[in-house]
Amino acid sequence: MTTRRRTSGFLLAGLLVALVVAGIGSYYASSSPDGLEWSAEKEGFAHTAEDSSTAGSPLADYAVSGVEDGRLSGGLAGVIGVAVTLALAGGITLLVRRRSGTDDVPADDDSRTDVDAGSAPKA
Amino acid sequence: MCNKVEGVHVPDGFLDAPTSVATGVLAAGTVALALRKAREELDERTAPLAGLTAAFVFAVQMMNFPVGAGTSGHLIGGALTAVLVGPWTAVLCMTVVLLVQAVLFADGGLTALGTNVTLMALVAVGVGYGLFRLVVAVLPRTRTGVLVGAGVGAFASVPLSALAFVALFAAGGVADISLGAVAATMGGIHVLIGLGEAAITVAVLGAVLAARPDLVHGAAHLRDAGTLLRRPEVVASR
Repeated sequence: MTTRRRTSGFLLAGLLVALVVAGIGSYYASSSPDGLEWSAEKEGFAHTAEDSSTAGSPLADYAVSGVEDGRLSGGLAGVIGVAVTLALAGGITLLVRRRSGTDDVPADDDSRTDVDAGSAPKA
Repeated sequence: MCNKVEGVHVPDGFLDAPTSVATGVLAAGTVALALRKAREELDERTAPLAGLTAAFVFAVQMMNFPVGAGTSGHLIGGALTAVLVGPWTAVLCMTVVLLVQAVLFADGGLTALGTNVTLMALVAVGVGYGLFRLVVAVLPRTRTGVLVGAGVGAFASVPLSALAFVALFAAGGVADISLGAVAATMGGIHVLIGLGEAAITVAVLGAVLAARPDLVHGAAHLRDAGTLLRRPEVVASR
């Protein structure tokens, strides 16, 4: 129980860091071309890049279309990205994870405890 | 059509269709295998950490850091994720990050998704975790050993992923240019970015090891040795 609460606190702290980095910190990220872009420019294959077919997405290039303020637009995009990634990755890992039969439903723990408690005096 | 590189991953157009299809098949096969193998790494306690790690990697990938010469780099996070939650789970986490970036944020092309998954979920995770295991095997069983292993794996994973891109470019690059020059430029700049990758990986892993060493996949051997805490099955057998 205590471990579970401590784990929740730890996970929430981690999520908070991720939200702050994506929502606020990203505004201060370097806007220089990254290693691949820079290499592509230098070696002369940057022109072969094509716009992504999702370039029209309302979140394209980490900005929310319609939000004028750059800081708010980028921050909002970051927060949405963190939320979607958490939901998708968290959902997949929860589906894939190992489950020991009794751990599936939390209610089982309670009922098992009741049975144990009830059978204890007989033993 | 505005011939401009947007975002931070491999865009559409750099590689020809056969190469993109090949990396797509490779990526899909790896993810399918990872969906089965990750089961052994994930239990009730570690599954939520895996979701959080993916969200964290997404966030930190937005933080491009300057590496000089008007260039920037960002964390890949393959080595960090593999050490935190296990290599097969890391394949899934990195793939989700790349999928969200490509579909929602137009970062990395859709036809290049297989290429980006191959480079960052397969090569970066494989190299990062493989080197981590090698280093940890020869170092003393301490937290410092785990951090050094993760740092070495993280560092090497970046230039090696860059060289893997060059190999794909050799097979199916659309532009007709000198491969040696591309390899030197890509490898050189990504050695610098790799130093940033190692610094972020060691800092984040150090913080998690200080707070919850019991959740870290790559620190399980410390638990075996009784350095951190006893494993549940050891307790149960007594």
